[in-house]
Amino acid sequence: MRLVILEDYDQASEWAAKYICNRIIQFKPSQGRYFTLGLPTGSTPLGCYKKLIEYHRNGDLSFKYVKTFNMDEYVGLPRNHPESYHSYMWNNFFKHIDIDPNNAHILDGNAPDLQAECDAFEKKIEEAGGIDLFVGGIGPDGHIAFNEPGSSLSSRTRLKTLAMDTILANAKYFDGDLSKVPTMALTVGVGTVMDAREVMILITGAHKAFALYKAIEEGVNHMWTVSAFQQHPRTIFVCDEDATLELRVKTVKYFKGLMHVHNKLVDPLYSMKEN
Amino acid sequence: SNKSVSDAPIVQFTNCRILRSHQLQREDLWVRQGKILNPEKLFFDEKGSADIQLDCKDSIIAPGFIDVQINGGFGVDFSLATDDFKSGIDLVSQKILSHGVTSFCPTLVTSPPSVYHQVLPQLSIRNGGAHGAGILGAHLEGPFISKEKKGAHPEHCLRTFEAGAFQDLLATYGSLDCVRIVTLAPEMKRSSEVIQELTQRGICVSLGHSVANLAQAEEAVQHGATFITHLFNAMLPFHHRDPGIVGLLTSDKIPMISDGIHTNPAALRIAHRAHPKGMVLVTDAIAGMGLAPGRHTLGQQVVVIDGLNTYIAGTKTLSGSVATMDTCVRHFQEATGCSVETALEAASLHPAQLLGIEHKKGTLNYDSDADFLMLNDDLYVQATYIAGEEVWRQDALGM
Repeated sequence: MRLVILEDYDQASEWAAKYICNRIIQFKPSQGRYFTLGLPTGSTPLGCYKKLIEYHRNGDLSFKYVKTFNMDEYVGLPRNHPESYHSYMWNNFFKHIDIDPNNAHILDGNAPDLQAECDAFEKKIEEAGGIDLFVGGIGPDGHIAFNEPGSSLSSRTRLKTLAMDTILANAKYFDGDLSKVPTMALTVGVGTVMDAREVMILITGAHKAFALYKAIEEGVNHMWTVSAFQQHPRTIFVCDEDATLELRVKTVKYFKGLMHVHNKLVDPLYSMKEN
Repeated sequence: SNKSVSDAPIVQFTNCRILRSHQLQREDLWVRQGKILNPEKLFFDEKGSADIQLDCKDSIIAPGFIDVQINGGFGVDFSLATDDFKSGIDLVSQKILSHGVTSFCPTLVTSPPSVYHQVLPQLSIRNGGAHGAGILGAHLEGPFISKEKKGAHPEHCLRTFEAGAFQDLLATYGSLDCVRIVTLAPEMKRSSEVIQELTQRGICVSLGHSVANLAQAEEAVQHGATFITHLFNAMLPFHHRDPGIVGLLTSDKIPMISDGIHTNPAALRIAHRAHPKGMVLVTDAIAGMGLAPGRHTLGQQVVVIDGLNTYIAGTKTLSGSVATMDTCVRHFQEATGCSVETALEAASLHPAQLLGIEHKKGTLNYDSDADFLMLNDDLYVQATYIAGEEVWRQDALGM
């Protein structure tokens, strides 16, 4: 893995956005040859989305030939509910960029047959040629997407019941009222994300530090599902200083020492204007 | 086509601040088929996107203004007996687009029954467009008002409905088909019956030109009155032992008050602070609005314009105003120090709520009629849109 450590949330968000920007532009997407991106929700990626929107507004990055697949969506929440992941993606990303609505895929948590919806999602990813870059986050319980502790590391897109840790973490979006938080969600599986050609996990904040430690310094374990990516050939963990608080000094020093190598991935920052 | 619901073109107004949920928000405004469109629904349900994107250069976008008390303008007097009412209405409705008014209630002051019988049948409720602002229905101010507070209304035309109550009113006006608002004095005998009948027919009853005490005013409200015509003017002044009509300001059941430009800024502030959600701005404009100072008619009277003041000729009795709606909005904002959002809502949302039409007018909510304005930060109207079409634009020369 690459462990890219930036000083604070803003710098981590910017590094991640630059990386995504460069990957898309270097791919040279065009009609019939789309760049496929897996996308997360939550508070962690907000800064990254803001930067991507900025690059788009400046004319440096277009999403015209990008297809996106979101990781998850709540079950039973009306699609236009302000806390649904559809609303999140619209307000924080889609409405500000030029993506074709036909290319923005999010699981439908109100589908009449939820498993069929999940199977159809897997099929859409397959038809799109697989995911080029899956961007994700980590829960305080070490989960990737809604693959809660105990999820099979070979799992595919399916219905999951949320763990208490996740419900507690999400209560802040529902006026702090636990009874209002959805208890189930549709989520891509650990196996689904592992199939991506490249994976980038964003981890910021001290409250995620223990999960990061479990994910990269301990063994592969279905109780900390992000640990599965130790076995992925191309994973990047982008974090801020606070997220490294539970890591060994040796680990942090080693990867900080590699920053000059890591930074070659984002510097120079490409622009579609040059093409 | 890229949409499943309709092939009609979708316009996205970008780089603007829109008035929504009582705040100016940095959001785009989407319009299709004359209505405000929900872009999120368009994106996820129809997989649609904009056909045209317009850069609004950081303008404020607000719902179009609704003027519920306007007696005429540009030389037209709505209370004049004429067989060609249509030309006058057409002229005024077209000219007020530049003031930001997208819907209005042509107002008739106290007149003889012959005038109502001749003029009202020529009025029709109609949608606005390039031809002019939409007509919501007439506002009949008088003749069932108090002699002591007649203001500029002609005394010989005042009437009571003591004898036949609602039937008297109906006989006087001839028809109520296109009437939206009636201003009357509630202390008049049998007013409660009349108010009830009018309210049952969906007509808004407003209290004004009256010497009613608080008890009489409250009774009127209980029977359905929901508005006060030009608060403070043509009514008893506030008295601490009997506040009269002014005392309705803080009641739950009288959400609406109106004021144009003829009130001391301090009085304006008091009214606004007592009832911020109930403030409805009107122009009470007369024929002289938009014309040079001098002599003009107002129904049966002659009035003189001197600056922003208009008086009955030879007197100091105020009679209507020549201030335009956008001037009223700016004056209100300045005098009360309220937010831009509040000032804009007093001329759009609140009049719409008064008339019970806020589900389609007076807001920029999804599925509302796309009647809106582009304004600069000083609240000068730069462009007027009705049903999503541009119907007026400030040209470079500022004309």
